Amino acid sequence: MATVSFREDRCKGCELCITVCPEKIIVLADHINAMGFHPAAVVEMDKCKGCAMCARMCPDVVIEVVKEEKQA
Amino acid sequence: MAKVMFKRPAALTDKQFHYCPGCTHGIIHRLVAEVIDEMGIRDHTVGVCPVGCSVFAYDYFNMDMFQAAHGRAPAVATGIKRTLPDRMVFTYQGDGDLASIGTAEIVHAAARGEKITTVFVNNAVYGMTGGQMAPTTLPGQKTTTTPKGREKEAAGLPVKISEMLSTLDGAVYVARVSVHDPKHITQAKKAIRKAFEVQQAGLGFSLVEVLSTCPTNWGLSPKESLKWLADNMLPYYPLGVYKEPAEVK
Repeated sequence: MATVSFREDRCKGCELCITVCPEKIIVLADHINAMGFHPAAVVEMDKCKGCAMCARMCPDVVIEVVKEEKQA
Repeated sequence: MAKVMFKRPAALTDKQFHYCPGCTHGIIHRLVAEVIDEMGIRDHTVGVCPVGCSVFAYDYFNMDMFQAAHGRAPAVATGIKRTLPDRMVFTYQGDGDLASIGTAEIVHAAARGEKITTVFVNNAVYGMTGGQMAPTTLPGQKTTTTPKGREKEAAGLPVKISEMLSTLDGAVYVARVSVHDPKHITQAKKAIRKAFEVQQAGLGFSLVEVLSTCPTNWGLSPKESLKWLADNMLPYYPLGVYKEPAEVK
């Protein structure tokens, strides 16, 4: 189980995260942020594997990824 | 237990990048910052910024930064390194800065074997000034000053910086990488790390050329730009390590 958080006010809606997400769970939101861009968001967070490909591809360092590790 | 898989590196300030949507400058900034964090060298690293789109990089890197005149970053970095030899000194330069007005500075910094590291961002166009032809513009590529595409007879052919500098004895580590997908981003980071390690070991001049996109001046979407880079720039600018000292292999 992983959680991806976007700093929505920093996102420029370039969609590069969407192009690399292997689970295809990132979309651009319908609303716009203060800069006038449609920010990226994850729709089905439970499908996220926490691979952080989106965060590595993001040119604006908008994304943070936290993964829950299984208890040993 | 929650494990942070990815977060903003401490070597970047919290200031928002001014770059256009989808511009891969941001990725390259982040890679340099991650390497500096991982090597634990932030308190004794000095960066030198160019003129061009990345002119404000001094606001983005969370360490001592200098701003050089157009193309002169390697000369300024030489001064810093020779005065403060215990510092890690890097320049961050675009192709308009390094491969055009700054050609003399970069060639001679490399020839002298200055113990500095250069991160050279090549996006085949002048970004900040409005998409004019750069020395690195591909044959046939349309820019605002080559509206019919770059013609060999009138404008010559691109300067291949990595190949050229790797012929100099003073340049000990020269590599060309790209940031058009996550796999190549990981490879790019490794190359940047090696370049810094070469400097740390005092072996000589190191340069990493990073192929980058310019969606705005290429007239493409950010996603199309990644494809354009892979389809057009990779064949002309082959990726790889052009020179590597045995000490860091």
